[in-house]
Amino acid sequence: MSMTPSNLPIIPKIKRETLLTLLSRNTRIDGRKLHDFRPIRIELNYIPKAEGSALVKLGNTIVLAGIKCEIGTPFPDTPNEGVLTVHAEFVPLASPTFEPGPPDENAIELARVIDRSLRELKVIDLSKLAIIPGKKVWIIWVDIYILNHDGNLIDASMLASMAALLEAKKPKAVVEGEEVKIIREEREEPLPITNRVVSVSVGKIGEFMVIDPTAEEEQVLDVKLVISVSKDGKISGMQLTGMGSLSIDEVHKAVELALNKATELHKILEEAIPSSK
Amino acid sequence: MSEKPKLIDENGLRHDGRKPDQLRPIRIEVGVLSNANGSAIVEYGNTKVIAAVYGPRELHPRHLALPDRAVIRCRYHMAPFSTEERKSPAPSRREIELSKVIREALEPVIFTELYPRATIDIFIEVLQADGGTRTAGVTAAALAVADAGIPMRDLVAAVAVGKVEGVIVLDVDELEDKYGEADMPVAMMPAFNEVTLLQLNGVLTPTEFKKALELAAEGIQEIYKLQREALRKKYIEVGVEE
Repeated sequence: MSMTPSNLPIIPKIKRETLLTLLSRNTRIDGRKLHDFRPIRIELNYIPKAEGSALVKLGNTIVLAGIKCEIGTPFPDTPNEGVLTVHAEFVPLASPTFEPGPPDENAIELARVIDRSLRELKVIDLSKLAIIPGKKVWIIWVDIYILNHDGNLIDASMLASMAALLEAKKPKAVVEGEEVKIIREEREEPLPITNRVVSVSVGKIGEFMVIDPTAEEEQVLDVKLVISVSKDGKISGMQLTGMGSLSIDEVHKAVELALNKATELHKILEEAIPSSK
Repeated sequence: MSEKPKLIDENGLRHDGRKPDQLRPIRIEVGVLSNANGSAIVEYGNTKVIAAVYGPRELHPRHLALPDRAVIRCRYHMAPFSTEERKSPAPSRREIELSKVIREALEPVIFTELYPRATIDIFIEVLQADGGTRTAGVTAAALAVADAGIPMRDLVAAVAVGKVEGVIVLDVDELEDKYGEADMPVAMMPAFNEVTLLQLNGVLTPTEFKKALELAAEGIQEIYKLQREALRKKYIEVGVEE
């Protein structure tokens, strides 16, 4: 059952006031302008044992994404396709508000938003991941690990997942009759990636729209709209999250802003992993 | 995977004969459960969803209570017989996510500050699923809250729009959701024109998105009318009994 969060620190009203005053002067607590990202760093192959991995730092937010490839059986309705599974863990070392246990609604929401964007855009061509059609296919696991929570987890996680997928190399698979064996020492080819996606979360505070909110800012946001954008500028997923609302005008403004800022993220991704590679 | 059926015919009509901007037949009834403080049943075509509200009532355990407002607890759940293949009654990841977005769609309209330390419990059961269950759930839940007599800023009404064979359509059903290119559930506070739930599952160009949101807003106004009629109907009947 979903419940109004009660484990959040009590934010004095004065903090919201301070923030609104700063925003009206086109600045924020950390000195950024309203539509600036924090510094972004992408470190590839952080976990060499994983088939692909990326550590993304977005200011103080740290997210690690790891890709593992396994052999499994396909879903009955898609016998000739591989399987993509996205899973997120909000591990308790990342924030005083995270607790041990199975993923809560926030972790599930994050993983599902990322899963949908990757799936709907066919970022991975799953039809190329069948080994013995109808029987054995590749299962691609995208596991997202939040290591430090300082806000905007979805954008950081999307970037980490995308970078890790681009960098991943499938291990060798040997077919022996009905069985398939994985030889992990031999990494063969990259995953069949057909497109790229990033997300831009636009937060609303009072009359202002900000991007890349810190954890402190998220506590006073009215609502946040997550917008996934493909490399060719298509909207490939959306999620309104938080307890507030947006007017139709504000939705359009947020989408426009996200489409704009997404090109910056695609550029950063391109610098980390050129598409020509 | 079975063959994709034709979803839009040569006359531009949908597989069930609807025009692109046409809702399914909607049936709404308020106050259907005697035990709940408020309840409503909503049907969008073959989709049938029932919602009940208990509360404001005492919250246990107490440490989860908020000192300045009521908490809202919300559960979206599908009956095992609601789908083609039996759905396990254990909550799925999808149901956990939808419970959250539905709760967040209702938070802005309820005057929770009137009931500090209390809880308002909203239970949504999907009895039959044929597409648009979360949006029918929001429409039913808002009515159930109103029926419980809890002060609200507005109702919330919801509908899904989508893209099917390149056409932007209103009130996506299961077949269109399965084979279409995009599905976008939207909930709004109709009197304020404020969006409280917005999800997009699929790919749209910015122009298509604008059109889809506009279509959703129109559909929501229609549903809002039906919601208010259903509420009025219940209280007219109560008035006659006296």
